[in-house]
Amino acid sequence: MARKVSNTRKAVVTAAAWTMGFLIFFPILWIIILGFKSEGDAIKTPLQVLFSDWTLQSYHDVQERSNYGRHFWNSVILSVGSTLIALAIAIPAAWSMAFVPGRRTKDLLMWMLSTKMMPAVGVLVPMYLLFRDFGLLDSRIGLVAVLTLINLPIVVWMLYTYFKEIPGEILEAARMDGASLRSEILYVLTPMAVPGIASTLLLNIILAWNEAFWTLQLTTSQAAPLTQFIASYSSPEGLFYAKLSAASTMAIAPILILGWFSQKQLVRGLTFGAVK
Amino acid sequence: MATAHSRTAARLMLSPAVILLLLWMIVPLGMTLYFSTLRYNLLMPGMETFVGFENYYYFVNQPAFWAALSNTLILVLGVLCITVVGGILLALLMDQPFWGQGIVRVLVIAPFFVMPTVSALVWKNMFMNPVNGIFAHIAKALGLPPFDFLSHAPLASIILIVAWQWLPFATLILLTALQSLDREQQEAAEMDGANGFQRFFYLTVPHLTRSITVVILIQTIFLLSVFAEILVTTNGGPGTASTNLTYLVYAQSLLNYDVGGGSAGGIIAVILANIVAIFLMRMIGKNLEA
Repeated sequence: MARKVSNTRKAVVTAAAWTMGFLIFFPILWIIILGFKSEGDAIKTPLQVLFSDWTLQSYHDVQERSNYGRHFWNSVILSVGSTLIALAIAIPAAWSMAFVPGRRTKDLLMWMLSTKMMPAVGVLVPMYLLFRDFGLLDSRIGLVAVLTLINLPIVVWMLYTYFKEIPGEILEAARMDGASLRSEILYVLTPMAVPGIASTLLLNIILAWNEAFWTLQLTTSQAAPLTQFIASYSSPEGLFYAKLSAASTMAIAPILILGWFSQKQLVRGLTFGAVK
Repeated sequence: MATAHSRTAARLMLSPAVILLLLWMIVPLGMTLYFSTLRYNLLMPGMETFVGFENYYYFVNQPAFWAALSNTLILVLGVLCITVVGGILLALLMDQPFWGQGIVRVLVIAPFFVMPTVSALVWKNMFMNPVNGIFAHIAKALGLPPFDFLSHAPLASIILIVAWQWLPFATLILLTALQSLDREQQEAAEMDGANGFQRFFYLTVPHLTRSITVVILIQTIFLLSVFAEILVTTNGGPGTASTNLTYLVYAQSLLNYDVGGGSAGGIIAVILANIVAIFLMRMIGKNLEA
């Protein structure tokens, strides 16, 4: 039963909420705007910026000067690749823990989680040396492996909490009807698990796309994803606000869109199911 | 109901994940531990000698360590204060009925999806730059002298940037928690004559406590390892004014090539994070039984 709320009150709340939303979103809005301005206009006062001419020049320059496409493609390969591999490893693991739990399942889950708590910097030195010795520095293969491993615990956990919600009775019914383990997985479980797997996929791509410790440490140019490419703007020469804005807008746009689709799952994934 | 056959299958399905994580945990960490006992400089390969705990001694006894440790704690606490208090207020606001809830929600969540290097560079250049930044333009318009945020208040500026990134996380989780609040309980309390404040402090706050704890613990894990934001804004400077433990280990091992010292620092960072992790794991573990 909804309680009645006076329209005045609702209007006040609306104004306050929209103001807060606007302020929080403003930095993002601002780089979207600056990306469509010329370098000369982009450093003027905010009002002058708003009323100056719009141009696509910066988007053109970013690609022209720095092969933006390569870094974008690297980001796609790293995030999607590591997520798919993590899913391939995690789906069987989560399935077995959710449906054939043993005495140690809980301990195992907690242990997996604990590997996520290890700060990356604790293994920076050996990882760097291993990558150097195996010729993996600035290679996509090495980085896909690292991103897979750092996100594997989250993937297992998310899948586990989703699979756990699939009622076991359905499985028993399928077994009674003579379904084999294979057809049980294929025709009964998979359709019910698809939404959970999809949201795990989505959240994990986001996390891998934005990962900015290992990508900064282990790549320089060839395998550099957008996190590293944008970081190269930290020591700029000359005018660069518009180009930085255009590059940034392109770097965050795909993830903003994916992120808005996955906002509900975000809470669950990032709290390891502790808040739903 | 599980047969021996399905148990074996289950174990087989579980093993790749377990083996990979086991290797990932043991091999590099073991190497870090081993390196931390060596005098090992990348510029002098082949000269490694066992020195016991000497690296720890020197790492802890450099002035930069204490600066980095206190910066790490200030950074974590500062961001936590802003995001938890701000998150509670925002979540309470957004839990009220108003027009355009979906859109405001999307706007508020957005910063969380911005990659750390982008948000750090945008704040550094477009907002905090003393000449062309928006803050400088506003100061000029008000007749105030512009303030060079990243040289005069580097740590506070980084706290602001990181808090902007994490405020959506706290808000989103607390909002989710608020929305799962039992409305009937609220109404029952209202009928029993509880006023707004009483309902807030006796129903809402206890309900939120768990989520707030989760927010604090998870954020702490991530905030202990803030790195990209420092790298692209201040490089830890001026001096060590914005160097945190993660950055110090990076600088020592990959900028000064001191593998031994960097490894010792890495182990110290692991110990620090584990103290927090123990509490977090306990909370999540409790939830697993429910």
